Amino acid sequence: MLSQLLQFLFSGLTVGATYALAALGFAIIYNASGVINFAQGEFIMLGGMAAVALAALGLPLPVAIVLAVAVTGLAGLLIEKFAIEPAGRADVVPLIIITIGASLVVRGLVQVTLGKGTHSLPAFSGEQPLAIAGATLLPQSLWVVGVAAVVVAALAWFFGRTARGKAMLATSHNRLAAELVGISTRSVLLLSFVLSGALGAVGGILVAPLTYTSYDMGIMLGLKGFVAATLGGLGSGLGAVVGGLLLGVLEAMTAGYISSAYKDAMPFVLILLVLFFMPRGLFGAKTIDRV
Amino acid sequence: MKKRTLITSAIALVFAQALPAAAQGKDPIRIGAVLSTTGPAAYLGDPQLKTLQTYLAQINQDGGVLGRKLELVHYDDASEAAKANGFAKRLIDDDKVDLLIAGTTTGATMAMAPLVEKAGIPLISLSGAVVVVEPVKKWIFKTPHTDRMAAEKVFEDMKKRGITKVGLLSETSGFGQSGAKETRAVAQKYGITLVADETYGPKDTDVTAQLTKIRAVPGIQALFVFGLGQGPAVVTKNYAQLGLTVPLYQSHGVASNEFIRLAGKAAEGVRLPSPALLVANALAANDPQKPLVTSYAATYWKQYKDEPSTFGGYALDALMLGVSAIKRAGGTTKEAVRSALEQTRGFMGTTGQFNLSATDHMGLDLSAFRMLEVRDGGWTLLK
Repeated sequence: MLSQLLQFLFSGLTVGATYALAALGFAIIYNASGVINFAQGEFIMLGGMAAVALAALGLPLPVAIVLAVAVTGLAGLLIEKFAIEPAGRADVVPLIIITIGASLVVRGLVQVTLGKGTHSLPAFSGEQPLAIAGATLLPQSLWVVGVAAVVVAALAWFFGRTARGKAMLATSHNRLAAELVGISTRSVLLLSFVLSGALGAVGGILVAPLTYTSYDMGIMLGLKGFVAATLGGLGSGLGAVVGGLLLGVLEAMTAGYISSAYKDAMPFVLILLVLFFMPRGLFGAKTIDRV
Repeated sequence: MKKRTLITSAIALVFAQALPAAAQGKDPIRIGAVLSTTGPAAYLGDPQLKTLQTYLAQINQDGGVLGRKLELVHYDDASEAAKANGFAKRLIDDDKVDLLIAGTTTGATMAMAPLVEKAGIPLISLSGAVVVVEPVKKWIFKTPHTDRMAAEKVFEDMKKRGITKVGLLSETSGFGQSGAKETRAVAQKYGITLVADETYGPKDTDVTAQLTKIRAVPGIQALFVFGLGQGPAVVTKNYAQLGLTVPLYQSHGVASNEFIRLAGKAAEGVRLPSPALLVANALAANDPQKPLVTSYAATYWKQYKDEPSTFGGYALDALMLGVSAIKRAGGTTKEAVRSALEQTRGFMGTTGQFNLSATDHMGLDLSAFRMLEVRDGGWTLLK
């Protein structure tokens, strides 16, 4: 009985950690621009696919991984430079729609250049499952959870302790005021896309050995990541992680104890409840509108 | 989206000299195709179009059919069933095709069906579900096996091994749900009780929760997974992770080398029903299907440097069934072709032996499937 619960928990935390990584990407760009970047799922996909393609060229895995992260960061940069920036001071909604367009372009390009097949990466530390109190866990799951924890800590340091990070937060709060105190808001936005692109790639690469990767994997992960980000409170790093893990565990518990048929409905029920009672999410910043 | 002229004109240019005089000056036989060569079902539709193009060129090179050349008019429905209907209308009204090879997916086929029935033009579908030919529609035929046959083949093997209590884990995709429905429907016929009935999403990244639940069911003797693409590979990996020991059966949805590549070592011991194409080389030398499947595999490899898929084989069978019917009908009169199709007997295709009749517009039986087991990273035929 206990081992069963533990197994559900492991399953939930592994999946939840991938949701959390996706949600963090949403949080960064939202912090910098107030835009919800619907191309985030494609960053995850691009990272995984690029790593697979580079490894297939014969590059050692670590090199392929670093290059794939760089490629995806570059993709983020290009999207910002050629899709977001030309829109100038457009409202948030048109910008969101631009990101949807960008996601379709990325998905299409990958489909054409890297094919429609499903690919896998070798696990970083072998495939031998670890047995813990009657439940099993793949070493790759520990990688996912571990790296997610490191990323969260790094981001917390970046936003809380560095000038650049603080500049980003300032830009999200008030762009005009940020410009007036000498922050280059344009470069802040650029940086946010590069950062979330690279972050997405890390997530995509980490989960590729567990879940496989294909040109269309970004849609569902992006959606779940968005749900996790909203659940935790948009823009909050801690919220993104808690939201992601909560979502993953909830799905696993639903599949295990109720029925797998309801698994995918649960997160959406949960998000309706949360948004109804706590519209800013679990950890969302309180905003005060001056009338 | 329209690609007919390219192929035919290229062939006309290159082979005009070589063609027998009879093939020139007569109207070509026009074959209309609506396939899903882009979108989610592209991995099905893409090899189908390639197969049609390759074999059409070959037939024309050999002098065509009844002294007439074949011409392919092709539209891509982009995996959207709703679009298929419009293209079928265009093929019938504007392109005036003689035969339709159309419908990569069941949805697309069913969307075209009413129009095709009204227009009275023979259509050979490449989609899987039973509903395409049951109840029988006068003008509609199909070449792929049905999901019900896959379930029956699996149950046949289970019965032989004395397995009676089976857990079902199906994908929430159209393929998985239709398969699960047929599985539930035929289980009793083979004396099998479904002791668990769980689902997973096609893009799910972890199914250990479902498997843990299934493992806890008392007396369970085997697990049957009905899904397509990467999902079943995730299931297989999780199954190995949890150390489950009951035999694992998969459906024909994973009958491709990609499955072994994705699932790796975890795939060892997995059993599944598959068309002969996948094990072309392992077939006995006297197997009646062997020459056909090996030659298809070789032709496809030569042209595209890629392994042929079962899905492409469906298109080849459709084309050859159509050609054979046109030959026997002595022309392209629609009713004559339709009734010739219906009278097809003992026709050997890549999918199996077709014996069509007025009440069976598919004409395959369970012998079209072979039971395979994954051993040492390859497929082994089970007796």
